[in-house]
Amino acid sequence: MEVLSFLIPISIFLGIVGLVGFIWTLRTNQYDDPEGDARRILSDTYDDHPAED
Amino acid sequence: MASTDLETEFETGASACPGCSMASVAAQHARQQAGEEDETILVSLPTIHCAACINTVEQGLLALPHVKDARVNLTRKRATVHADPGTDPADIAADVERLGYEAHILDSATLSGDSADRAGRDLLMRLAVAGFASMNVMLLSVAVWSGAEGATRDLFHWISAAIVMPAVAFSAQPFFRNAWTALRAGHLNMDVPISLAILLALVTSLWETSLSGEHAYFDAAIALTFFLLTGRYLDYRTRSVARSAARELAALEVPKAWRLTEDGDEKVDVSTLAVGDLIRVHPGARMPVDGEITEGRSELDRSLLTGETVPVYAEPGRDVSAGEVNLTGPLVIRASAVGRDTSLHRMADLVAIAESGRSRYTSLADKAAKLYAPGVHILSALAFVGWLLYSGDLRVALNVAAAVLIITCPCALGLAVPAVTTAASGRLFRHGLLIKNATALERLAQVDTVVFDKTGTLTAGTPVLTNLQSLPPRDLQIALALAEGSAHPLSKALAQAARDAGVVPAEVTGVTEVPGHGTEGTWQGSTVRLGRAGWVGAGSVDQTAAWLRVGGDAAQPFLFTDRLRNGAAETVAALEQSGLRVILMSGDGPQAVRSLAETLGIDDWTAEALPADKAARIEALSAEGAKVLMVGDGLNDTAALTAAHASISPASALDAARVASDIVLLGSTLAPLPEAISTAGRSLRRIRENFTVATWYNIIAVPLAVAGLCSPLIAALAMSASSITVSLNALRVR
Repeated sequence: MEVLSFLIPISIFLGIVGLVGFIWTLRTNQYDDPEGDARRILSDTYDDHPAED
Repeated sequence: MASTDLETEFETGASACPGCSMASVAAQHARQQAGEEDETILVSLPTIHCAACINTVEQGLLALPHVKDARVNLTRKRATVHADPGTDPADIAADVERLGYEAHILDSATLSGDSADRAGRDLLMRLAVAGFASMNVMLLSVAVWSGAEGATRDLFHWISAAIVMPAVAFSAQPFFRNAWTALRAGHLNMDVPISLAILLALVTSLWETSLSGEHAYFDAAIALTFFLLTGRYLDYRTRSVARSAARELAALEVPKAWRLTEDGDEKVDVSTLAVGDLIRVHPGARMPVDGEITEGRSELDRSLLTGETVPVYAEPGRDVSAGEVNLTGPLVIRASAVGRDTSLHRMADLVAIAESGRSRYTSLADKAAKLYAPGVHILSALAFVGWLLYSGDLRVALNVAAAVLIITCPCALGLAVPAVTTAASGRLFRHGLLIKNATALERLAQVDTVVFDKTGTLTAGTPVLTNLQSLPPRDLQIALALAEGSAHPLSKALAQAARDAGVVPAEVTGVTEVPGHGTEGTWQGSTVRLGRAGWVGAGSVDQTAAWLRVGGDAAQPFLFTDRLRNGAAETVAALEQSGLRVILMSGDGPQAVRSLAETLGIDDWTAEALPADKAARIEALSAEGAKVLMVGDGLNDTAALTAAHASISPASALDAARVASDIVLLGSTLAPLPEAISTAGRSLRRIRENFTVATWYNIIAVPLAVAGLCSPLIAALAMSASSITVSLNALRVR
């Protein structure tokens, strides 16, 4: 059962990485235009001036 | 910043004309040094829909020398443009139209609160933390449920506690705050049992864990928070989508006016106008304030205020009210009442009286909560006292009480309504209906009578020529020549109809427009006039008409009728077919109302109805037990819209009418109306089903909990299963 002392911290750490990642996307306004972003990725012109603010 | 701007400027302009691009760079540089700020322009693009559209608009705008940055938001169907100082927003809109997309300028001041969507982000953050914690705790709980014992179980419980305590402290704050506010005000709401369940579960679980007990409800406490926050977030999002769309509609009508000053006209916000100001109102513009005409002659379209379609003559000395539209000549008016004092706002008194009826409506969720909140507390308290008396063990009694509270916690109830409303509003939004009010869907579902306004609702508010066939060709040719010299709606309609019929304009010289009267010219040596009956020297008809007099001949009437709004006939037919009673109520004259009612097959119609009449009729209908849906657009409808059980107004309606109604029709057609009523009915059925489902879960699980047989596993299963069933059932509305 010693393996638990690795596994539990690892699983919680990975969870925290995911949470922090989500909070980062939230803070940098990445959900402002989900529909547009989904389409832009299909366009072959490079998006060199992403949304500010 | 400055250097990158120079580069893009150079790149875009280089191929066409290096010299001029350099010149504009220099000019821009000079302006930047002078410290002027860039113009930020918001453009609404209702027809944009694809990746290619984004590219076309962005590249097209960036190619303009005065545009620094352009970004399209496809979700909001809107473009944000940063341009040189002094750029006219109307030019940008015209440029976008040239690229082939419909464009409207949005007032950025009205939309300012839009981007800072703090409340939504805050809820989402709490939801994410609760989700993270509940996933981790569930993993640990699975081990406990499958039989972990002794030190391992204690360890897992302590780790769960370490994750759940801070997560709940952060995520469940909205519930705690609401519950606290309710308790301080001395009443119960849904959040009181929720907060109590979460807190009691945590306290008993900590106690159990410290005594190496078998049952801990950490997973239940956090899962509860997660599911309830999901419901809250869905509810919030539906309302915020509706709010931002409503704000966008308001931002479309930029309230500006031209004020006369000593150094000429200046463009100002309507809110800054004062009594006594002289204001110039251009043809086609709406009166910003109440006032008296001091200069100019014209005609006024009062249809939004009274429902009358026949324009009224305007001359100096005549009083005008805010909301009337100036048709032909420029007018100067002296403001006599501004802002809240205008007749537009005085209508608010009527609305306020009608409002009291509306607020009496209690939603299904509130009804459920009223039964539910005290019931849960009593049940849990009884279980606690019962077990305390029976076993004499405080620990056991507290455990049972916590289990009862967790099992009965209104997860499914909290999700039942928001999940359905979100799904239904999303569906209706795609059909062009904006649900503004949270309980609008429920009320719409109960509707059995539909009352329509005529002008601007069933009709599009644009005239069409009706007697083209019976007019002599010579008169048509002269009339066409005269009509093309004017921007009056009747002239435009006449010219359109004549052109479509292949009429060639006669040679009329010296065409001049006499504001407020008509157009005049010379044809083969004799004076020809097209305009109002009094000016031309003709009799009168009780219908919208323009008159043509050629020399000394008798005047010839051109008759007009209001064009039917798209889908009006189908909508009325569909509503009558589904068994609803349809009534037409208009402020217009009897002739026009009767002919429209006959066209649409409506038997029950009223003409020349004053605003108070409309509201009174609706109240009378309600008193007879009818649930009335009012569809209207004008100021004269606002009181009726508020008095009705549910109300809809088209996007073209006056702001006051849109504010008064629950639902706004975004497109120019009435066709989504029957669909909206049936969708509302369906979502009401889903809400009821959801309540039934939630009740059944409780009926099965509560006896177990009261009997002390409910393990954390059963609690978790019952809670998740009911929440998921309810959400899936709600999705069927989509």
